[in-house]
Amino acid sequence: MEEKKLYTITAFTENHIGLLNKITIVFTRRKINIESLTVSESQIKGIHSFTIVVNSTKSMVEKVVSQIDKLVEVIKAFYYEEDQLIAQELALYKMPMSAIKMINMGRFIRENNARILDMQQEYFVIEKTGTAQQTQDLLEKLRPLGILEFIRSGRVIITKPMKTLDEYMEDKNNSYFYTLDK
Amino acid sequence: MTGAEALLQCLLQEGVKTVFGYPGGTIMPLYDKLYYYGDKINHILTRHEQGAVHAAQGFARATGMVGVCMATSGPGATNLVTGIADAMIDSTPIIAITAQVVSKSLGTDEFQEVDIIGVTMPITKWNYQITSADEIPEIIAKAFYLAQTGRPGPILIDITKDALVNECNFTKYTPCTYVRGYYPYPKLNEDDVQKAVELINSAEKPLILAGHGVSLSRAQKELAALSERAGIPVASTIMNLNGMDNDHPNYVGMLGMHGSYAVNLKTNEADVIIGVGLRFDSRVTGNLNKYAKQAKIIHIEIDQAEIGKIINPCISINCDAKTALDALSKSVKPANHKDWIDSFKPLHQKEVEEVIEKAIHPTSGDIKMGEVINMISEKTKGSAIVVTDVGQNQMAACRYYKFKQGSEILTSGGLGTMGYGIPAGVGAKVARPEKQVITFVGDGGFQMTAQELGTMSANNIGLKIVLLNNTYLGNVRQWQEMFFGGRYSFVDIAGPDFVTIAKGWKVASKRVVERKDLSAAIDEMLADDKPYVLEVAIEPEENILPMVEPGAGVSEMKLK
Repeated sequence: MEEKKLYTITAFTENHIGLLNKITIVFTRRKINIESLTVSESQIKGIHSFTIVVNSTKSMVEKVVSQIDKLVEVIKAFYYEEDQLIAQELALYKMPMSAIKMINMGRFIRENNARILDMQQEYFVIEKTGTAQQTQDLLEKLRPLGILEFIRSGRVIITKPMKTLDEYMEDKNNSYFYTLDK
Repeated sequence: MTGAEALLQCLLQEGVKTVFGYPGGTIMPLYDKLYYYGDKINHILTRHEQGAVHAAQGFARATGMVGVCMATSGPGATNLVTGIADAMIDSTPIIAITAQVVSKSLGTDEFQEVDIIGVTMPITKWNYQITSADEIPEIIAKAFYLAQTGRPGPILIDITKDALVNECNFTKYTPCTYVRGYYPYPKLNEDDVQKAVELINSAEKPLILAGHGVSLSRAQKELAALSERAGIPVASTIMNLNGMDNDHPNYVGMLGMHGSYAVNLKTNEADVIIGVGLRFDSRVTGNLNKYAKQAKIIHIEIDQAEIGKIINPCISINCDAKTALDALSKSVKPANHKDWIDSFKPLHQKEVEEVIEKAIHPTSGDIKMGEVINMISEKTKGSAIVVTDVGQNQMAACRYYKFKQGSEILTSGGLGTMGYGIPAGVGAKVARPEKQVITFVGDGGFQMTAQELGTMSANNIGLKIVLLNNTYLGNVRQWQEMFFGGRYSFVDIAGPDFVTIAKGWKVASKRVVERKDLSAAIDEMLADDKPYVLEVAIEPEENILPMVEPGAGVSEMKLK
C-alpha cells in the first residue's frame, strides 16, 4: 500500500458561483476527506485561489489534481508536499477572565508568540498564527485554564518554487490551441 | 427582443436546425417564441424528456455536431439526467437547455423548482444558470464552444423564466473561440512523438487499440495509414467499431469482455500497445493485474486526466487522435509484421468454429441474435448507422455487424444505459435521413423507452427497430446462470404483444418466429423509408460468448 501523507492542493480559478462545489465533487467521488480549505482572491484581480489540504497517497493526489485542472473554470491546479511550502494557520482562543489570575498571562502570551486580540468583562481572546502543531500546542496549554472556545482557520501557504502563476499560464497558452483551425 | 427570442437567434447562428424537447410550465415563454420559428428550427416533440436527451445524443453522434434538447424546470430537467450522464462518459457534444423558476424565487422550493445545476455538476463538462436576458448570447456561445471542442461533452444551461421573458440588448452574435483556463487542443509534443516512433520501430508485436477518440476526431484515414505503413494490427473498442473497415486485412476485431478471442489473447503477447483515444475501461482491460504486463504502452489521448488514470503508459502523447496518428504515420519506419498479424488467424478461426458459425449460421432450433444481425449486416452492406440498446442485443450487434465505409456505431458504452437505443436511433435518423438507421434493442430496453414510437410515428421518422425478444433481461439472466448458481432473480420480464403496441402508434410491425421467414421480413423492413418494428423471437437462453469473466485477465477469455 502506498503511504498516505499530507498534501496541499492549490487551484487558481475564475470567481464563479458553484465552483467550490465542482471542486469538492472531485474529492467526494473518490471518498477523500478535506482536512482544511481556504478560498481567497489571489494577487491577480479576478482570479481566486483554493488551498485544500488532504491526507492521501501521491498517486491519488495526482489524479485528483488533473481532474480539478480539467474543470473549465479552473485555470491551473498544483499539489505540494510539506517541504515545498511555507504554511501558516490562524487560531483564536476564547478564555474566561478567571484564567488571567491563574498564571502570569503577559509572559505566557509573549513566550508563546501569541497576542491578546480582545478583552471584555467576562472573557478575553488570544490569537496565534503558526503551524497546526504550534496552535495545537497552545490549545493544550490553555485547556487547564478553562478554555471557552477554540477555532482554527484553514491553511494558507506560500510555495517555494519561484515560477509565478503568470508564467504557468503563459506556458499553458503556448502549448495549446483553442480552436481546430490552427 | 426577449431573452427567449435571443436564445432562438443564437441557436440559428450556431447552425442549429433541429432541437428535441418537451414543453412545460416554466419553459412556456421559449415555446411561445418557437411557435414563430417553425420554418427555421425543426422542433421534435418527444414523448418523454429522456427521449429528447437520448435523441440529441443520437443526433450528435451521427453528425459530429452539437445535439440540442430542451425541457422545463423540475421533473423536466431531472428526466434529462440519465442522458446527460451518458453523454459525459461517452464524450458526446450535447447542450441541454432547461427552464428555471423566476430568479427571485430561486431556493424557495417554488412549484417545479429543482437545483438542476447542483444535480448535474458531476455529469456535465460545464453548466451554468442564466438569470438575466442579457447574458444569453455570451453564455450560449460559450456552451457551443465548450461542448464540441477538445474532448466533447454535455453542457447544461439553466435559464430562469424572467431571463426568458425580459427584453435584452441583442444585436450581433459573436461565436466563442476562447475561454480562459480551458485548454481544448494540446499541441503535439515532437519529443513524445519521436520516443513513440522509436518504440514502434523497435516493436516486433505491436498492437493498436483504437477508441472513440479516433471516430470523434474523424481520424479513420490516419489510423489506417499508420497501421498500413508500420504493419500494425488494429483492434477497436465498441465506441469505435467503424474506426477501420472491418474487412481491412489489418483489422483484427473488437476489444473487451465479449470482444474477439484473438484480440484478447494477443493483448497479453504484444510487446508494444498503442492505445489511441480510449480510457482503458474495465470492460476492455478485465483484471488490471493480468492486463498487458509484458507490453510497453503508448497512450494517445486528448484528455490529460485520462493519462495514467487506469494504466501508467510508458510514453504518452497528449493530443487529439488525428494529429498524433498523422504525425506517427509519417515518421514510423515501414514494416509489415506479417507473422504477427497472421498469428491472430488460428485463434480467430477457433472462435469462428466454436462460437461465430453457431451464432450466425444455425440450422435448427430457435432464431439466434447473431444470425439476425449478420443477415441485416449483409443486406445493408455494412454501411448503416447501427444504434444499439444495452445488454445482449448490444454485444451481438457489436460482434456481428460488419462495419464498413459509411457506417456509424451509436451505443451507450460507458454508462450502459438501457432505453438508449430507440430515442438515440430517432435522433440519428432525424440527423441523417438519407441513411439506413437501425436500432437493435431487447425486450427489456424496448419497454423502457417504447413511447418514442409515438415520436417516430408523428414525425414519420423512418427508424428501423429490430426487437430481439428473448423474453428475459438476457444479460442479467446470463450472469445469473453463470455466476449466481442459476437463480433467475427478476429477469423474467413478461412483455406485451409488441406488434399490437407498434400498431397502436401506427408503426408498421411484424413478428418473426420461424427461421424461414426472417430474410423476407428483413427485406420488407428495409424496403421503404417508413418507421418499422421487426420483432424477432429469439432463443430465450442464448448466451453471449466468448467472455472474459469478471475478475479474469484478458488472456483467460473463455469460448464456452
